[in-house]
Amino acid sequence: MMRPVAELVASHPLFAGLPEDTTAEIAACARNVAFLPGELVLAEGQPADTLFLVRRGRVAIEIHAPDRGSIVVETVGPGGAVGWSWMFPPYRWQFDARALGPVGAVAIDATCLRAKADADDALGRLLVTRVAGVLLQRLQATRIRLLDLYGTDRAR
Amino acid sequence: MGSTTDSTGPVAMQRPADDPGPMSPVPHRVVGRRVETGDVTTLSLVPVTGDAWRFLPGQFNMLTAYGVGEAAISVCSSRREVGPLRHTVRDVGPVTAALCRSTVGDIVGVRGPFGTSWGVDDKLLATGDVVVVAGGIGLAPLRGAIDDLVYRTDAAGGRVFVVSGAREPAQVIFADDLEAWKRDGAVVAMTVDMAPTGWRGHVGLVTSVLGEIDFDPSTSSALICGPEIMMRLTARALVDRGIDPGRIRVSLERNMQCGLGWCGHCQLGPFLLCRDGPVLPYAGAVAQLLSERER
Repeated sequence: MMRPVAELVASHPLFAGLPEDTTAEIAACARNVAFLPGELVLAEGQPADTLFLVRRGRVAIEIHAPDRGSIVVETVGPGGAVGWSWMFPPYRWQFDARALGPVGAVAIDATCLRAKADADDALGRLLVTRVAGVLLQRLQATRIRLLDLYGTDRAR
Repeated sequence: MGSTTDSTGPVAMQRPADDPGPMSPVPHRVVGRRVETGDVTTLSLVPVTGDAWRFLPGQFNMLTAYGVGEAAISVCSSRREVGPLRHTVRDVGPVTAALCRSTVGDIVGVRGPFGTSWGVDDKLLATGDVVVVAGGIGLAPLRGAIDDLVYRTDAAGGRVFVVSGAREPAQVIFADDLEAWKRDGAVVAMTVDMAPTGWRGHVGLVTSVLGEIDFDPSTSSALICGPEIMMRLTARALVDRGIDPGRIRVSLERNMQCGLGWCGHCQLGPFLLCRDGPVLPYAGAVAQLLSERER
């Protein structure tokens, strides 16, 4: 049996520990979605209008190159979130995101969420803080990957 | 006389009666050679005379490419495997290049085994889950320990989680073992930094995978081996997740030369890593040393 979307939002790590009325506000913009293996969750160049909270399955963040096909730059699994371009103009996706298998997610309407954040400073600040925390982790992980740690530093 | 240690301290090792001493390499014949990736080769070695040596997972041997030099290489055999000692070597310089070029029938010198082990026994799993995190060729020193954990004699106790990171799928070593451990009950996750078209697995740091596996941090232990930055970040991520730093072990490497704590080349703070390491508990001095800049 499907859990209520408010419960799913409240239990996702991005919003875990927030007051119930806050997660209820966020959940008012949310719905359950599912993607089939290989299905695009979002597409580069399209309007960025949704924040996806991944509940099950894995999503590949990828970009297409004419000579290489789709290049996966990162994967996001259960407990992760996909789609950040809705936060800042021009609200356009910069990458593709594709379901690597069956994916279950909570889709939060970004226009609805931005409107609530504009109307409620506390919610807006909280949202920015939580999202910035995830973006910081992603940035730090990307920097470490740039070091090519598994290159040629060890003989054994 | 070579020496080894287990979780209870040093243990004398059996060496041949005509033992020439710990600084003299004992000739071994290459009886198997497997190219793991473009620059990584596994050599299977047996003594020219006598029986194969005993070892504990996590220990290393000094391998000699005669006429070229000596390098510290971890034993990557499993204790279930009877016969040749296996060492997985990455070609990073003249000695390791010569070792990697060795062919079946060649003679390689061996001194050891040296240093501390991962301390894997049934007691480790009896206390909870064990999370093993490997980066790149760091999977080699862990191979025997993982094998001991997956095929433990006492089936009770915690689960085994193996998270292995590599630059790209073509650089993954021991793919057959990873499959076997998964088939035989371990939770195995591979992640790569760069994925080719068609890769269906994880892409990202090993730390990003840790958030997706459901070990019980309150009772878990962890074994980590890989590039030092990776070990530092992984240990911190595991501590943040709730694992007691005292239950985390890391394998450290410096310029191992004598293997006996005599020459001091491998000193790291209060440790002579060839003797006191390579496997050390993360808690305390090691956590501090991993965060310090060396002068």
